Amino acid sequence: MYLDYFLENLDVVGELTIEHIRISILALAIALPLALALGIIAVLLRPIRQPIMWIVGALYTIPSLAMIAFLIPSQGLGLRPTLILLVLYAQVFLVRNIVTGMIGVDRAVLEAAQGVGMTPVQVLVKVWLPMALPVILAGVRITLTTTIGLAVLGGWVAAGGLGELLFTGIGTNNPSRVMAGVIAIVILALAADLLLRGIETLTPVARARRAGSKR
Amino acid sequence: MLLGPSGCGKTTLLKMINRIYEPTSGTIEIDGLDITSIDAPELRRQIGYVIQQTGLFPHMKVGANVAVVPKLLHWDNARTDERVRELLDLVGLPPDDYVNRYPTQLSGGEQQRVGLARALAASPPTMLMDEPFGALDAITRTRLQDELRRIHRRISQTVLFVTHDIEEAVSLADRIVVMREGSIVQVGTPLQIVSEPANDFVSDLVGAQDVLRRFSLMPARAAMEPLPEHVNGMPAVDADSFLREALGVLVESGAPYLLVTEQDGTAVGSLSMNAIQRAASPSGNQADHVS
Repeated sequence: MYLDYFLENLDVVGELTIEHIRISILALAIALPLALALGIIAVLLRPIRQPIMWIVGALYTIPSLAMIAFLIPSQGLGLRPTLILLVLYAQVFLVRNIVTGMIGVDRAVLEAAQGVGMTPVQVLVKVWLPMALPVILAGVRITLTTTIGLAVLGGWVAAGGLGELLFTGIGTNNPSRVMAGVIAIVILALAADLLLRGIETLTPVARARRAGSKR
Repeated sequence: MLLGPSGCGKTTLLKMINRIYEPTSGTIEIDGLDITSIDAPELRRQIGYVIQQTGLFPHMKVGANVAVVPKLLHWDNARTDERVRELLDLVGLPPDDYVNRYPTQLSGGEQQRVGLARALAASPPTMLMDEPFGALDAITRTRLQDELRRIHRRISQTVLFVTHDIEEAVSLADRIVVMREGSIVQVGTPLQIVSEPANDFVSDLVGAQDVLRRFSLMPARAAMEPLPEHVNGMPAVDADSFLREALGVLVESGAPYLLVTEQDGTAVGSLSMNAIQRAASPSGNQADHVS
């Protein structure tokens, strides 16, 4: 049966899952600061906002298989090309949501923050980003689930992760092996989605909203 | 009190004082100190700022909102907490009930009280208020105006208050600055503005042609005459109540005159129909005023 491999090799699947998580989290950890920088620049510098959005949007339209093949000659095999690909593809939803979230914050509140004597950095850190956080976190959630999906490419370039099960399964004509990889990836993506939805409810804005509706 | 129609520049003027806008020419001084000589955020921490839609930080609880400026000034927690409670008390919000609420859980009037508390937090010598009560219903607005007057009596600071509401300007101001299209048209006490408008614009703005309107802005004190010999049995009005109200009392009671009393009840003058009539004729007041 298709589930045989999954049930008989839980230790292997578990190990690859942990590797998969590690790759995905590492990619997100690199992608997020980059996206924050790009997003903040895009919000503050109006003239280059649209060009930035176009570029990150265009990157996302390149087929991932083509992208990784394109990266191999210069980056070799392994973790490097995988991470580069994941970081690039993560930008689209991260930057878009950071920009949307920040633009959506009420101008009057930002001016009040300035008016009480916050420095520009304090306005950003204490008011602007916290208020945009729900939208930003929604971007992180979408990004993390798509990253978990895309990270299977790591299996093709010897970076490890659950992609190994898929590619070796296909290579050896072993559908049960492919199935094991698919099951693990789906569970992982759903778990990540749930976890981030949980985190979203803990943001100050979400708390305030809940408190307001209970009035 | 900066008074004028929309677009006359009163808000712009206000925002130049805390350097949200920078003047293209000229300098602004507070107590003889050019404000551009102080770092802008530093300056703003010394100036209380209240705006119309409260500008409260929706993601922070009431306590945190009020504590914003003390935190920026690095007060320790004990001092900040104490100050927050003191201020919430001052603006009429029992601290125990309110510190842990979010702005979304408050009514518009309560939010504006929090906004006021936040602006007062570091006891700034100067306060800027930009139509703070503009979005409130009439009853709440009147109540908050009374509160502001009471608070101002307790902690006297310089308050620069922007409004387009003449009633509000007259009831709260020591001095009114009337603005139009970016320039100052007239500066004076509320009574001066109402009884001696500098030109037709001011006259229209305050509705000075309408006698009852003027009466609704002139305190009984301004029209009263010396106390006559016999004062028993006459109805009394407060010296700070407006002539319109006094006129109503006079007409309704049919008495020949009213007693004008201070808040403690001592009679300080009288008010007859003649006296009210004299207050109504602008001739004596306006003769020497050329616009």
